[in-house]
Amino acid sequence: MRIRASHVLGTVVVAVAAVGCSSLPQTAELDRLTQSITQASFRDQGEVKVDRLVQDESNRECSEAQARGTPLAPEQAKAIEEANLKTVKWPQAGRFLGDWKEGEKIAQSGRGLTWTDDAKTPNGGNCYNCHQISRQEISFGTIGPSLYQYGKLRGVTDPDSPQSRAIVEYTWGKLWNSRAYNACSNMPRFGHAGIINEEQIRHVMALLLDPKSPVNQ
Amino acid sequence: MRKTILLLALGLGAGSATLAQKSATESIEEYRAMLADGNPADLFEAKGEALWKQARGPKNASVERCDLGKGPGVVKGAFVELPRYFADTGKVQDLESRLVTCMETLQGFDGKAIAQTPFNQGEQNNVTALATWVAAESKGMKFNLPQSHTQERVAYEVGKRLFFMRGGPHDFSCASCHGEEGKRIRLQDLPVLTKNPGNGVGFAAWPAYRVSNGQMWSMQQRLNDCYRQQRFPYPIFGSDALTALSTYLGVNAQGAVSAVPTIKR
Repeated sequence: MRIRASHVLGTVVVAVAAVGCSSLPQTAELDRLTQSITQASFRDQGEVKVDRLVQDESNRECSEAQARGTPLAPEQAKAIEEANLKTVKWPQAGRFLGDWKEGEKIAQSGRGLTWTDDAKTPNGGNCYNCHQISRQEISFGTIGPSLYQYGKLRGVTDPDSPQSRAIVEYTWGKLWNSRAYNACSNMPRFGHAGIINEEQIRHVMALLLDPKSPVNQ
Repeated sequence: MRKTILLLALGLGAGSATLAQKSATESIEEYRAMLADGNPADLFEAKGEALWKQARGPKNASVERCDLGKGPGVVKGAFVELPRYFADTGKVQDLESRLVTCMETLQGFDGKAIAQTPFNQGEQNNVTALATWVAAESKGMKFNLPQSHTQERVAYEVGKRLFFMRGGPHDFSCASCHGEEGKRIRLQDLPVLTKNPGNGVGFAAWPAYRVSNGQMWSMQQRLNDCYRQQRFPYPIFGSDALTALSTYLGVNAQGAVSAVPTIKR
């Protein structure tokens, strides 16, 4: 690995030197250069391995579009959404909702998957980092929209009713893989990436949709 | 007395979430203002100044003749023009990696060993102290990174791509948090780093003293912790990726006044 990394770096230096001192390399060459520099600049630490640098197609296309400063072509966005929707694993026996109290704990926790986290501690959902959720918690982020009264505002009085089915399914899908509905959403793909498990998602679902949850008061 | 406070708190909670929100933010602002009075970074700055002149290392020499880009021994104004291209190493370097180069060439230290030393340990402490002093010598000056050499422009372009590179289990990039105006994580305001975020903000704020862990952090350490929270693998100290990213942030901060060393929560 070490040998490969230094070899890559050597190639990078040569590539840049060959370009000379006057002109900037073409976009494709800068993309390749970024890849080789990235490969040579990170190392494993604890549970976190360098394989995390491998981007899937969704991330690669969204990153490139953002760096270019132009949105994805509509058909490109649609293809990403379709591919991500296919990954959504629907809950066993149609059980969508768990316990909102557990959901609140998961929403509060930002633990998990950094190189300083203990792999034995359950991962959190990081939800409050970006969203307002319950009204009681005033320390919330604003990267995502407010989810206060999420279920109530969407008319969910009985999550098991046929009228609620569409919004309940959408919420599950959004938590499992947010990119199924918004190609370059900032939100992590919690189920798809295995950040939290199916049971934890059920609890977060309850926090958002259970009429008894403080979110819907 | 306790009852009154409790009632007051209840009243606040029941009255308006926005009001509670605002006062929480305000008290954090007050806390920050109190912190700014008497920044322990001064101690690291003094240590860095002493280290600059001190004969050390296998060659028992000082780094006083270190060329930080404006000629050997010129410190004032060097920080606000880094990262930049250095002909002797054939590389774009940031402040910390350049200091390690000088410790290697002038003092005979093993640069690789320093790069592998964890932050806040051994020679890394000295690199941070030196960086703090060098940076502080440019306090009040405006960022003005050179972009005349091709490699400096290549570093900017690579840094831009790294800034937007989504990956890891959470799909985070730098832009996830620092790409849009007026966003927060919990109550922490996030600077937009795709442009000049203002004087003494973002790139113009590090090295900084961190009250939460009582440590002095260089920009290398700040970026390292960003990548940790991004759930990325560990960025190697002085690596080309960190230099490129710093170049992107530094060029974007063109014209911002350096407030370094600052104090953070």
